[in-house]
Amino acid sequence: MRTDERELRNPAYTHTEEPDEPTAGHPPTRTWDLLGWTRKHLFSSIPNTILTLLCLYLLWLAIPPVVDWALLSAVWSSDTADACKVEGAGACWAFVEQKHRFILFGLYPFGEQWRPMVAVVLFIGLIAGSCWPGFWNKGLLAAWAVGLTVCGILMWGGVFGLTYVENSQWGGVPLTLILSVVGIVAAMPLAVLLALGRRSDLPAIKTVCVTFIELIRGVPLISVLFMASIMFPLFMPEGVTVDKLLRAVAGITLFTSAYLAEAIRGGLQSLPQGQYEAADSLGLNYWQKTRLIILPQALRIVIPPLVNQFISTFKDTSLVIIIGLYDLLTTAKTALADPEWRQFYAESYIFAAALYFCFAFFMSRYSQYLERRLNTGTRR
Amino acid sequence: MTNGTEPTRTTVEPSDDAPNTPAPGEEVVIKLQGVNKWYGQFHVLRDINLNVRKGERVVVCGPSGSGKSTMIRCINRLEEHQKGDIVVNDVTLTNDVKAIEAIRKDVGMVFQSFNLFPHLTVLENLILGPIWVKKTPRKEAIETAMYYLGRVKIPEQANKYPGQLSGGQQQRVAIARSLCMKPSIMLFDEPTSALDPEMIKEVLDVMTELAQEGMTMVCVTHEMGFARSVADTVVFMADGQIVEMNTPKELFANPKEERTKQFLSQIIQHH
Repeated sequence: MRTDERELRNPAYTHTEEPDEPTAGHPPTRTWDLLGWTRKHLFSSIPNTILTLLCLYLLWLAIPPVVDWALLSAVWSSDTADACKVEGAGACWAFVEQKHRFILFGLYPFGEQWRPMVAVVLFIGLIAGSCWPGFWNKGLLAAWAVGLTVCGILMWGGVFGLTYVENSQWGGVPLTLILSVVGIVAAMPLAVLLALGRRSDLPAIKTVCVTFIELIRGVPLISVLFMASIMFPLFMPEGVTVDKLLRAVAGITLFTSAYLAEAIRGGLQSLPQGQYEAADSLGLNYWQKTRLIILPQALRIVIPPLVNQFISTFKDTSLVIIIGLYDLLTTAKTALADPEWRQFYAESYIFAAALYFCFAFFMSRYSQYLERRLNTGTRR
Repeated sequence: MTNGTEPTRTTVEPSDDAPNTPAPGEEVVIKLQGVNKWYGQFHVLRDINLNVRKGERVVVCGPSGSGKSTMIRCINRLEEHQKGDIVVNDVTLTNDVKAIEAIRKDVGMVFQSFNLFPHLTVLENLILGPIWVKKTPRKEAIETAMYYLGRVKIPEQANKYPGQLSGGQQQRVAIARSLCMKPSIMLFDEPTSALDPEMIKEVLDVMTELAQEGMTMVCVTHEMGFARSVADTVVFMADGQIVEMNTPKELFANPKEERTKQFLSQIIQHH
């Protein structure tokens, strides 16, 4: 009743209610009341009421067992799998407790795993810092140079008394982060050049860019990774080897850049012709025009598809399993090879999925923040 | 084109007593000679001959689709002409990118749709050209920008974004942006056509002031009042040709060509 009453009120009602403010320039305040909201949105008609009750029933069926399995009956800690194998036991989080070091860091020497740990924290810190527009200056580049060097030293070792760890022993979260972040960061400039090249007036450049983009988009990432890991060494002269991890990163970079290029091209095309003409009429040359006028606007427009591709690339790094790299998903799978814990695959994959979700969700939220922030004052 | 049905029309060549003919010793800064342009099969510009002297104010009018905008966009090579010669400040326009950039540096242009850079503040819009093209020190560029913002009477908007300004204000910023490059020639491509009626005056005032200072101007506009009071020469174009050009007084009072009379009578009906 209360909601209906309020809605039926004459708008003029607010004027009489606030005689001190003759301007009455603000809308009537609305308080949220549970009963009214429920009646209006959930039980407004007979079909709606039936749907509401049906949904409530399904939730009642689904939620309690899940809560019971994941939380109430879960085995949180145990040295052996036996505790999880008793009748009525829920999720075996003890598996994660036992295996988390392997899932997180893969085959990295057990005693040295603090190194990838510190490297990952540092790396995530760098990324988080870079997300804050207040830090976008030359100091940030220096921070990245120092940070990446420190990460490299920690991961490889071989100096300062750290034992050398070959990168074939890297795995888990550090590997997934390296593949995706390096892949994305390297793909961006390449993608910008490809997008510009595809719109170039010079036929040679245009042809090269179109061919590259269409070729790469035409094949699955798995085949690009296969090419990088198996075909590529065949074409190299005797004795020349390129690191497997590097080849995987290169494959991911090329693949991602083709998709990013198309997203960026969309942004370039959506800019009004007048922007190009205004820049031209000031006498700016091609690169000045592109860097100062076109790209800042075009990239801003394509933030959503870019982030979409970033998230996709991040998750696609799990395909490196086929060339024998131990990324996060592979380590989660390999942890199940232990016969004692073999049956707890749900727990293992849920743990890996939760980690993937944290990163992907952060990217998604950050892109929304960035869009809002960059659009301030520039709405047309 | 429908050559068969179209009435034949002679292009008016500037005769000796026409105002557009450069007097001896007067410097011609824009020279269009036999300029032709096609969009595919469509012949947009036909044998355009036009001389603009230093300090001359030329207003170009004519029905829409007559090639007015295309013509002035050829002057700073936003459009490429296919036949004939265009010489601006003694530089002939070819595909030479350096020459084109040099001409654009010296020829300001104001567009119908303002075309301010929406991601930059008003001040940043103004100093961008001087800093990057003319290599002016930033401090000096800001001083110049503030001077011209004062000239167009909106210095208080310097730190706003274009999207926060009214159309008239945006167009005045666009004029100031061109002036910051200290051009010797200004091209206006229907600068008031996208404005609400009450904002047209503020833009025309700025343009009139500019004209009084002796700026060389070529202006495509439908503002006949502006043409009458400011222009030295009015050029009437139709179907890609210059039909008639004369002083505004002569052209409006005694149009010689039938097409001009027809156009003017339509304009006057509405004004």
